[in-house]
Amino acid sequence: MSLLTTAGLVEIFVRLAQRMKDERDELCRLDGIIGDADHGIAMEQGTAAAAAAVAALPDTATLADQFNAAAKGFLNAVGASSGPLYATAFMSAAKMAGPRGAMPATETPTLIKAMADGIARRGKAVPGQKTMIDAWDPAARMAETFSEQAETSLAAGLAAMVEAAKAGADGTARMVATLGRAARLGDRSLGHPDPGAVSATMMIAVFCEGFAKAENAG
Amino acid sequence: MTPTQKIINDGNAAVDEMLVGILAAHPRHLTRSLAAPRAIIAREGPRPGKVALVIGGGSGHEPTFLGFVGKGLADAAAIGNVFASPPPQPAADAAMSAHGGAGVLFMYGNYAGDVMNFDMATELLAMDGIEARTVLTTDDIASAPKDRRSERRGVAGNVFIFKAAGAAADLMMPLDEVERVARRANDRTYTMGVALSACSLPQTRRPNFDLPAGEMEIGMGIHGEPGIRREALRGANSIVDEIMDAILGEMNAPAGDTVAVLVNSLGSTPLMELYIMFARVAERLDAAGLKIHASLVGPYCTSMEMAGASITIMHLDDELTRLIDHPCDCAMFQQGANK
Repeated sequence: MSLLTTAGLVEIFVRLAQRMKDERDELCRLDGIIGDADHGIAMEQGTAAAAAAVAALPDTATLADQFNAAAKGFLNAVGASSGPLYATAFMSAAKMAGPRGAMPATETPTLIKAMADGIARRGKAVPGQKTMIDAWDPAARMAETFSEQAETSLAAGLAAMVEAAKAGADGTARMVATLGRAARLGDRSLGHPDPGAVSATMMIAVFCEGFAKAENAG
Repeated sequence: MTPTQKIINDGNAAVDEMLVGILAAHPRHLTRSLAAPRAIIAREGPRPGKVALVIGGGSGHEPTFLGFVGKGLADAAAIGNVFASPPPQPAADAAMSAHGGAGVLFMYGNYAGDVMNFDMATELLAMDGIEARTVLTTDDIASAPKDRRSERRGVAGNVFIFKAAGAAADLMMPLDEVERVARRANDRTYTMGVALSACSLPQTRRPNFDLPAGEMEIGMGIHGEPGIRREALRGANSIVDEIMDAILGEMNAPAGDTVAVLVNSLGSTPLMELYIMFARVAERLDAAGLKIHASLVGPYCTSMEMAGASITIMHLDDELTRLIDHPCDCAMFQQGANK
């Protein structure tokens, strides 16, 4: 059976930090159009701290320990809006993963669903408000669909989740923000994607690619 | 693009290096929490039986928030990265350090990130049996219509609102009363600003928005959030008139009432321009039959090196007048007993 192991999750957080480092300036540019231009910095610092916290854990750490360490690391490094939201997401994933050293790869879509639930709980956002939820929610729905349909391959299911997140983030350009800092813009937020939804798509892609790799490795 | 010019060593270390400097410059006023280096505590101020006023928010607005920590004003402040809310831990540590057994009042500008982090801090404090309440400042009248006041941002009016609440706490009013005063101060404070050029974050050193030469943005937020409208730069009187029309229209104060005025620089706009603006503000208030009781002119709530200014008017009553006049002694803001 293919497994997501703690070593696999360490690797995912390393890739996540690298991805956000690479995309920092682009995310800041997007945020400068409808926000305060710091989103890329928050994501870079937060994921770097999360990766460092995960890497610092002893070999005996479980998947839950790793997600919880990532949550604490991210939160204490950035604060901002993304801090509480992603800290809650990772804590929610920790609960789903549980105190195990590995989990079946076929269960990994439930982690995406758990993260989306955590973000929705903390931020009290619903789809359509031009926030990161507009990327997380479609991915989570696709994860649920995968869990119900045994015939879909995991790789196809994960790819569909990433596609759903991308489509959701693209769709935010057609939305008027009603929550978060861009909400004060009214119609002027139209035509620009939400930077939080764009970075969410990047994060979902890194997780899903990592989960798919777990399957291939297994 | 050429990076913006800043006198810094390392963009990522800018906030912490600033803190080292502030503590070195103001040892008589400020110290920091041993547990959380970004929780800054007043040396004098916190005492048994007194409500602890804890303020905070992102860095980059100095002297807001750190400069208003001291006797008679805030007991502590938690600060975050540039333009980003502090995490819950420094906010909780600031409250813990300033706590005098009579409860904690968190006050900060109304931004989604600050609300989430300070609410998590409130949850942490509750676990230790410390009651913390929150009053959000929402004085920026350009950021949402009047009927959605609770959605507005908190900006330069913070100075007067924090001042009133800090005085109430210093006068040993109980938590209920300090909270009531803070809400009343916020309800009667109105701010609107205009931006002439962008600011840049120390980490990116790129302008955080694009404002073509010769243009201004009316109603821009203190993090560079786009405002109401963009148009060609006009003369000072015309700009002040637009802002004062909006403020006076909403404030609806009867002739004979008194106000406190703040003409605030967003960073690089000099005192000369602020006083030119003040002259027109005074004319407009006089024409409306309103008397200026207190005036502040200068950089009180900034946005890094942004050019531009904001006007804040607090509509005073007897109670707020007494609180605004109450002495305070902070690192970057002092007021004597009989001003």
